[in-house]
Amino acid sequence: MRQSHAVELSAGMFVLLGFAALWFLVTQITNREAAVGKGAYGLTAKYENIGSLKVGAPVSMAGVTVGRVDAISFDQNVYKAVVKMRISPEFNKIPDDSDASIMTAGLLGGQYIGLTAGGSETYLTDGGQFTLVQDAFVLEKLINQLVATFLNKDDSSKDDAGEQKAGSGTK
Amino acid sequence: MTVLKDLFANIQSFVANVGAVALFFARILSQIPASLSRPRLIVKQIHNAGGLSLIIIMTSALVVGMAMGLQLYDVLERFGSAESLGTGAGLALLKELGPVLTALLFSGRAGTSLTSEIGLMKVTDQLAAMEMMAVDSVRYVIVPRFLGGVIAMPMLTAIFIMISLFGVQLVGVQQLGVDQGTFWSQLRGSVDLDNVREAVVKGFVFGVACTLIAVHEGFRCAPTPEGVGRATTRAVVNSAVLVLILDYMLTAVFF
Repeated sequence: MRQSHAVELSAGMFVLLGFAALWFLVTQITNREAAVGKGAYGLTAKYENIGSLKVGAPVSMAGVTVGRVDAISFDQNVYKAVVKMRISPEFNKIPDDSDASIMTAGLLGGQYIGLTAGGSETYLTDGGQFTLVQDAFVLEKLINQLVATFLNKDDSSKDDAGEQKAGSGTK
Repeated sequence: MTVLKDLFANIQSFVANVGAVALFFARILSQIPASLSRPRLIVKQIHNAGGLSLIIIMTSALVVGMAMGLQLYDVLERFGSAESLGTGAGLALLKELGPVLTALLFSGRAGTSLTSEIGLMKVTDQLAAMEMMAVDSVRYVIVPRFLGGVIAMPMLTAIFIMISLFGVQLVGVQQLGVDQGTFWSQLRGSVDLDNVREAVVKGFVFGVACTLIAVHEGFRCAPTPEGVGRATTRAVVNSAVLVLILDYMLTAVFF
């Protein structure tokens, strides 16, 4: 009897140690910020292009995470992406003229929404919408713009030369 | 021609072996409800498979963690990102190293003892005696051992990962001077609940695979001293290969 009691005790200790290790893994080393607390309120913003923004991406203000992206959908009436975010209830003084831009964390990091406070005295409440937004930075677009400006410059300088020649011709 | 014949015979015996393991698995599953009425047997096997494996698991985990701290630090330092030590170590341990190394150690420590114990029971005709008394040997001998191993494996995996992280921390933070706060915050920032789930699911699946192979090899071994020895070797080799194949498949599922 004594022997079997010792076995049970040791098995019990092993199981408890296993659960303690699991508890440590779940609570201590995982990203606990992922869960926005109870009483969070929702805000929306509409973007022309959200790039690779994902559900669960952080919404941060001055670099501090204040909420998470809750849902992303597409509004086909205005052809814009509708991003719903949930903001922790303790951050309830976001001015209604704040700017919500999609930014990239680091050079290779994921995208997040950065809020920049406006100067208004009225604050956004549940269901509020950001009016000032800035789309995701798309590298291809930027390159296209750059190339386009260079090409335009070339074209315009050629055109100028052509006009001068044409002008001299008619003279 | 004889080569072809041998090859064919080998393939045939491999397929038959797979079939035998599958049938044995079904037999174990069908006996689990009946076996649950004797929890004391299962507790004893959790002690055998888990409690007695703790020392080897914890020692290996600490040393693996420390070696990993050195290696990862060396590589990351070249890119000037030694602060990502926590991220690299945490993800590598949870997603890959933790479950696989635990399973390999588990099949070496607990799997072999299961195979040889059941094999010796067979050599000494204990299993036959049970059959004579109309006692189902699968229900009273095999199923408690199987359940004990399956319950113990995920826990051993969790313990292994925890101790390894401590080892990484010991070398990286205490010895090589990575900032403590950065280490933990990088780790927390990049590990989600999904990664922990992956570790636990892998631990569970590997537990089923290792224990099933161990008890099956013991149960069907030739009842001679040589047969028990061969069965033990086969159990370790087969579980190692199966664990690595399953690891690839599970990684692809969680990718």
